[in-house]
Formats: sequence, structure tokens, C-alpha cells
Amino acid sequence: MSELDTPLLARSAPSSFRFDAALVSVGRRAGAIASLLALLVAWEAASRSGIVTPFLLPPLSAVLNRVAEDAMSGELALNLGQTLYRAIAGFAIAGAAGVVIGILMTRRPWVRWFFDPIVSVGFPMPKIAFLPIFMLWLGLYDVSKISMAVFNAIFPVIAATMAAAEGVDRHLLWSARSLGANERQLLREIILPAALPQILTGLQVALPISMIVMIVTEMLMGGQGLGGAMIAASRFADSPGVFAGIVEIAVAGLCLVKGIAVLRRHLLAWHQEAQEPTTV
Amino acid sequence: MNAVAQILPRYVPLLLLAMAWEVVTRTGLVPTAALPPLDTVAAAWLDLAVGGDLWSNGVASISRGAAGLGLAICLGSLIGVLMAWYKPVRIAVNPTVQFFYPMPKSALIPVMVLWLGFGDASKVATIFIGCLLPITLSAFNGALGTEQVLIWSARSLGASRWRVLWEVVFPSALPELLSGIRTALALSFVLLVASELIVARRGLGYMIGWLGDGGAYDAMFAVVLTVALLGFLADRLYLMLTRRILAWRE
Repeated sequence: MSELDTPLLARSAPSSFRFDAALVSVGRRAGAIASLLALLVAWEAASRSGIVTPFLLPPLSAVLNRVAEDAMSGELALNLGQTLYRAIAGFAIAGAAGVVIGILMTRRPWVRWFFDPIVSVGFPMPKIAFLPIFMLWLGLYDVSKISMAVFNAIFPVIAATMAAAEGVDRHLLWSARSLGANERQLLREIILPAALPQILTGLQVALPISMIVMIVTEMLMGGQGLGGAMIAASRFADSPGVFAGIVEIAVAGLCLVKGIAVLRRHLLAWHQEAQEPTTV
Repeated sequence: MNAVAQILPRYVPLLLLAMAWEVVTRTGLVPTAALPPLDTVAAAWLDLAVGGDLWSNGVASISRGAAGLGLAICLGSLIGVLMAWYKPVRIAVNPTVQFFYPMPKSALIPVMVLWLGFGDASKVATIFIGCLLPITLSAFNGALGTEQVLIWSARSLGASRWRVLWEVVFPSALPELLSGIRTALALSFVLLVASELIVARRGLGYMIGWLGDGGAYDAMFAVVLTVALLGFLADRLYLMLTRRILAWRE
């Protein structure tokens, strides 16, 4: 009987396959969620079964409980707000200054002469090593933390802006000039829009850097913020607190990265890349 | 000789900055407590180098970084290529990789300290996990971009699946993989210095923190500049290596 049933069921499936693509994408998403869920279940199971002690890996439920407690007491909002405020402020300053320096480097030879070696040496340097110097000069509060984020995040923006502005199609520049555009119009109407995709890529590199650096500075300088809360929990051997910290930081990082990807899609709605499916 | 003559003028602005540093500290524009003059920094560096502190801590740091990054390169490129080659692996691993990729990796430091303590193991593990994701993802993307025609041709010429993997998929994933490793190299320095600054008993990052706490700012500046220079040199050496590895593509 069952052998008869199976083909019948298969035949009763919808015969129209216009939604094929939609079904595939839903299936893929379901697969992704299932695999993440499996990971979370494995976490809970491992810590409940006693393979690892709850100190080394507190059960997921305990960690989520802790996150909820932090959220209720307002501590999460406070720490998250502080971290995001500093990381985004540093990112914004680095973004604005980096684009200006990058554009100037392609437009003014002496700016390029001065900044080119600084960028080529400064970009690959582990700038996090300068943290104690920033603490010495600027103290332990927001100014030194934000400056540190700017110092780390500005190099990819400068490099991307410079490469982008260099790569603008010369024919576009020539046509605009021959139609009578002055320098400012050239910059606003031609160079910036043409360079925007690559500049945004630079910004997409800079944002996670700013976040990584902010977490480290908070861990070292203490004070509020997700990094500070996490290192404090680690000093008191409060392992649910440490894991709650990593969950909060991971989700915050994920949201920032997704946010800037959405921003990119909006800003580049006119660009041909918006017609292609994006993976980020 | 010719190469030096070509490269040197490019770095004149850096020399100017160094001279400006010396001038503002010597003339008292900036207090030497905040910025020790460059020549006292150089003298402090020599002291540390002769005393052996710089070497022992430098070796500790570099071996941690190399161990973490080396493990990440081996495992990351393997996972990445397998993700592109076998669908079950991709379905199982890809969502996790995509989810954790944007995580600020420095958040791993306290967790690794909790698991592995204050010694070498926690630093190596932090660097390993932090670098694993960018390398995996770049190997995956590189291997996905392999031209299907090449795979079919190799198969039709009788190559086994493993041989296709090794001789077709891996080489065509290489450029993207190598650029992912460059990102990971920079990240490994960041994680190394950060984890040593936060908790360590050895290493260059630990030295920076310890000298700074003791108020020996000239020595602290010397070590900071050493770390910065090491990071820069590592990147340049890696670029040279990359160019040599990819020479067959030209």
C-alpha cells in the first residue's frame, strides 16, 4: 500500500513551478537556520550532559537568561549604547576624514607626496600597539577610545578612496571638462559617484575594524561598554557573564555589518551592481 | 643599489616626521614625559636589545602568532575548499561561518582566557579562531569561482576527484585564498598584541603594558615602534612571497 501512496503524494504536489526559485531560496534559508539551531542545541546539550563543566561552557539557557537579566536591569542598553556610540563615532570620523584625504591625494600632488608613505607604512602596521600611547596622551575616557578607533579605521578608507578616485574613467572626466564643468562640479558630479562603490567597500572594511578596536580599548581601559563588562566578568571568573558578553558583541557586530550592507544597497540603487544578487 | 635610490625618496615625509618629533621634544614644545625624544627612544631600544628582553619577548610573541596563524591557514583552506566541493559540508558549515564572520574577534580574548588560562595556549587559540574565518571564507569563495569547464576537462581526461581537487580547484582558489591570508596576517598581529596587553606574562604586548605602567616611556615607545615595524615587515615579506607563488599566472 505504502508503495502506491508515495507516487500519489508526489503527483499531488503543485504542478506549477513558477515559484521554484523562491522555494529554493526559502529552502536554503531554512537549511541555514537549521544548521545554526543544531549548533545551539549542541551547545546546550554539551554543557547539560556534563562533558564540559558549566564553568567552561555555561548552558545556552543560562547565558540567554543572563542576557535577559542585563537587558531588564538596563545594563545591556547602557553598555551597548556606549560601545556603539564610540565605535560609530570613530567610524564616522575615520570615514569622513579618510574620504577627504583620499580624494585630496589624487587631486593635489603634494598631499599625495606627504601621505603616500604614511599610508603605505601605516596600513599594515598593528596600530593596536599604540593604545598605551593614546592612554598616556588622551586619558582613559571617550576621547582616547574614539581616537584609537579613528586611527585604526582610517587607513582602509583612504586606500579605497584613493584607488577608486584614481580608477575613474578618464573619458568621463574629459567629457565633463569639455562640457565646461569646473573642479567642484567634477568632484561632485563625476568623481564621487563613480568612486562610491569602492569607497563603500572601504567603509565596509573600516566598520568591523572600528568595532574590534573599541572592544579591545574597553577591555584595557575599563569603564562602561560591552568590552569592559566582559573583561570585568572574566576577572570575577563569572563565566555566564563572559559568554553573555560574547553573544551580545557577536549580535551587535552582525547587525552593524548587515546595516552597512543595506545602506550600500540603498546608496547604490542606481548602480549596476544593485541588479546583481549580493551575498553580504 | 638602484632599487634603494628609487625607494628612499618616497619615504622622505617619514624622515621629516621623525625630525619634527626630535625638534618638538628638544625645544620643549611637547613635554618629554608625554613624548620622549627620538634619540632616547633609540637608546632605550638598544638597551632592551642588548639586555635580551626584546629578543626573548619577541620570540615568544612571534611563535604564538606563527602557531595560531599557521593552524588557521591549514585548517581554514581545507574547510573552505571542502565547503565549495561537497554540498553537505557547505550546508553544515556555511551558516555558522557567515554568522560568526562579522563578530568583532577581540571578544574571543576573555573566553580563551577562561578556557585556557593566561599562558601561550589562550593567545594561540584566540589568533587561530580569529584568523580561521577570513581564511575559510576566502578559500571557499576562491574555490567556488573555479571554472566548471576546467573541472570537466580534467575529469574527462581521467583525473580522479582528489586529483582534480588538488590540481584544478586548489590552484584556481589560490589568488583569493592568498589575499584572505593577508587579511588574517594583519588580524593576527592585532589579536596577538591585544591579548598580550590584556593578560600575559611574556611577549611584546606584555612588555609595552609593563613598561608603560612603570613610567619607562622611552622604552615603551621603543617596543611600540618595534611591534609596528614587525607588522609592516611581515606584510611586505608576505606580499613578496605572494608574488612569487602567483608568478605562474602571468
